[in-house]
Amino acid sequence: MISLNSGPIFVPAGDKMHSRHLTTRIAALLAAFTLVFALAGPPPARAAGKIQIMTATSDLAALAQEVGGDKVDAESIARGYQDPHFVDAKPSFLLKLKRADLLIVVGLELEIGWLPPLITQSTNPKIQVGGPGYFDASRFAKILEIPTGQVTRAEGDVHPLGNPHYWLDPENGLRIAKGIADKLSEMHPGDAAYFAQRYSDFEKRLKDADQKWLSQMAPYKDRKIVTYHRSWPNFAEHFHLNVVGYVEPRPGIPPSPQHTVELIQQMKRDNVKVIVVEPYFDLKTPNAIARETGGQVLVLPPSVGGEKEIKDYFSLFDYDIAKLKQAFDTTK
Amino acid sequence: MKRIAISLALASLAFGAAPLWAQQEGEPEAQPPVASAPSADARIKTLEDEVRSLAEQVALLRGELSNLRNAKTPAPAPKDGLLLTSTSVQPGSLSASAAPATPAAPDLVAPAQAVQGTQAQTQTYGGATSNAKLLNPDISLIGDFIGTAGHNDVAPSKSLEMHESEVGLQAIIDPYARADAFISFGETGVEVEEAYVTFTSLPAGLLMKVGKMRADFGKVNTIHNHALPYIDRPLATNNLVGGEDGIDDAGISISRFLPAPKNWFMEGTAQVFRGDSSDVYSAQRREDLSVVGHIRAYRDLTESTNLDLGVSYSRGHNDAGTVANNVFFDPDHFLTNLYGVDATLRWKPLRRAIYKNFLLRTEMFWSARDQLSPLNAFQTQHAFGSYASAEYRVNRRWTVGGRFDRSGHANNANLTDTGFSAILTYWPSEFSQIRGQYRFGHLALANPGDFSNANEFLFQFLFVMGAHGAHPF
Repeated sequence: MISLNSGPIFVPAGDKMHSRHLTTRIAALLAAFTLVFALAGPPPARAAGKIQIMTATSDLAALAQEVGGDKVDAESIARGYQDPHFVDAKPSFLLKLKRADLLIVVGLELEIGWLPPLITQSTNPKIQVGGPGYFDASRFAKILEIPTGQVTRAEGDVHPLGNPHYWLDPENGLRIAKGIADKLSEMHPGDAAYFAQRYSDFEKRLKDADQKWLSQMAPYKDRKIVTYHRSWPNFAEHFHLNVVGYVEPRPGIPPSPQHTVELIQQMKRDNVKVIVVEPYFDLKTPNAIARETGGQVLVLPPSVGGEKEIKDYFSLFDYDIAKLKQAFDTTK
Repeated sequence: MKRIAISLALASLAFGAAPLWAQQEGEPEAQPPVASAPSADARIKTLEDEVRSLAEQVALLRGELSNLRNAKTPAPAPKDGLLLTSTSVQPGSLSASAAPATPAAPDLVAPAQAVQGTQAQTQTYGGATSNAKLLNPDISLIGDFIGTAGHNDVAPSKSLEMHESEVGLQAIIDPYARADAFISFGETGVEVEEAYVTFTSLPAGLLMKVGKMRADFGKVNTIHNHALPYIDRPLATNNLVGGEDGIDDAGISISRFLPAPKNWFMEGTAQVFRGDSSDVYSAQRREDLSVVGHIRAYRDLTESTNLDLGVSYSRGHNDAGTVANNVFFDPDHFLTNLYGVDATLRWKPLRRAIYKNFLLRTEMFWSARDQLSPLNAFQTQHAFGSYASAEYRVNRRWTVGGRFDRSGHANNANLTDTGFSAILTYWPSEFSQIRGQYRFGHLALANPGDFSNANEFLFQFLFVMGAHGAHPF
């Protein structure tokens, strides 16, 4: 290697020094960065003693708030009118996740497209998968439609662990609430009695409400309906509805003309009049099907917050059941 | 599983039936051969009996089969019954059924058992072997096939190529870390595109990544080929920031949220790399490290609109000092400084997120590259490059987009390439993608003032196997 000076090169004065110490400078820069990062910003102030809960969906936030009362702040990442499969991993959620003591997820790979990077980047050790503040609600619920045998995407965006829309069964709501109450008691043993009392109160109110809902739905036992996505198996099972078809040819696959024609034939044959559509899906195909079959398209929110008046877990069922009743009555 | 159950049932049926037949054939022969009318009747009768018993067995097996099937649906009625029994059995159960169910065990026990129930659930489909597989990382493969037609004299690409098959392996390592590896099998060989461990549980809100990774320099440098909204990379990336591989090197990255004004999110990232990245940096010695710094500011303007801004800086040694006119020089003096700014505006209405969205993005790069002039004098070339792109999702399956490019050459700022592209993308499903791109380039040739026009049509097929990856944001 010939030295630099052997060539007719103009080297700016001082540049040599400057470069020689590059490594030192880098190290210093890094150290400075780390120091700034480490010192910058005191931990954000939080409401005294309240357990900060973040949930993936609004239903879980509603349940957490029911049992947590004024000892918790529960907030959802996804809105009730948003498709929970497709939520943007916005950095603004990171700030909230960083402060969270507890993260409640739906699980069963519902949030697989957006939650993992948020959890990783939150820099919150508590809510990492398996951490003390990571709570998978599906472990407490009764899960339907668990595929058996080989699972392939020829069946669309299947969830190999079962249908993740399980919160639409009040019994699952109760089970999840119980799980959350126990978790909260474990986190704040001093308030265990409070959470237990909140839970038993919730249990009583939900049982009363469920009786009302079941009696409201009783006249429509075994009614056949068609839904856009497979969001309603738990709801249908609990309230004795019979979901006979889907607007989507496969979960997550947009409607195809051929499937739509088949669905129309099936609906005519089985005399199905009600097409339930989640608020985040396009109404064009459902409307066309309704026109063909003389049926009715019913936009039914599957989550709390799906409509303005759906503010909690109870009003979700109140709203959906009232809408269903109306639709069944008008299409009979 | 279902198929196995059925074939099992059939097999047991066959085995169960075989001795019956044997017996039936044996018995008449044992009797004296006085084959008269009554004995024929008796024979028919035994046959009828046997058929009946077989039918019973079939019914029994059917019952067992359906039991088995029901067991798959984890409806652990007795367990969950502690809380409530399933309403599908007892309408109006919530209050009615809880009473008879609870005496068996107090309510408090129920959740623990529910947990056990679900743990059993994972076992119900698969058995012992697939339980072992549960610890395997999430594996995916993304195939990226690119075809090119038209002409380009400056940077011709192959007519058809399996551009890359990227294998992704992702797993949670332990409660404190996760790891991601992306290995790209391309036309020219295998390359570790990224392989790094992320420590998620560090104190002081620090996030550390160690391994080989795409540097946090701007936006497009961090995005894998298959996640780009175009088939190629912008001219500015190709000319100034290392092309397709970009700044992608082995090193350590530390990032942290920064204190920010209300409603803003800010994050700072500092990275140190060995200093070998495509044609941007080249490390001859251990101390030839390169650094990357990035600050990101993000704000939700409304629920559906957000603004994402960033400034980046990078510095490292280039190869201009290593070989020039067959003379080796001291690489100490030949540095490249890169500066970048990026801005992204996104619009995605939450209610119609899967049908409509819009993204506008621009990035600008300034490169200051130390090198030798043709007369072997030390000089620094200051080149500027930028691109602006937009994409609009028309409906669930179609997206249209466009991109404008302009960039100087890193080693000769007087040569400027210009180009634009129009892009059309079709998604049969979330797991495959078909894309076409028309690309026009007004590309500078070695003599200043000489240009070559490139008119090309590119098409791309992308497919995703295996684990469902996260959607890029």
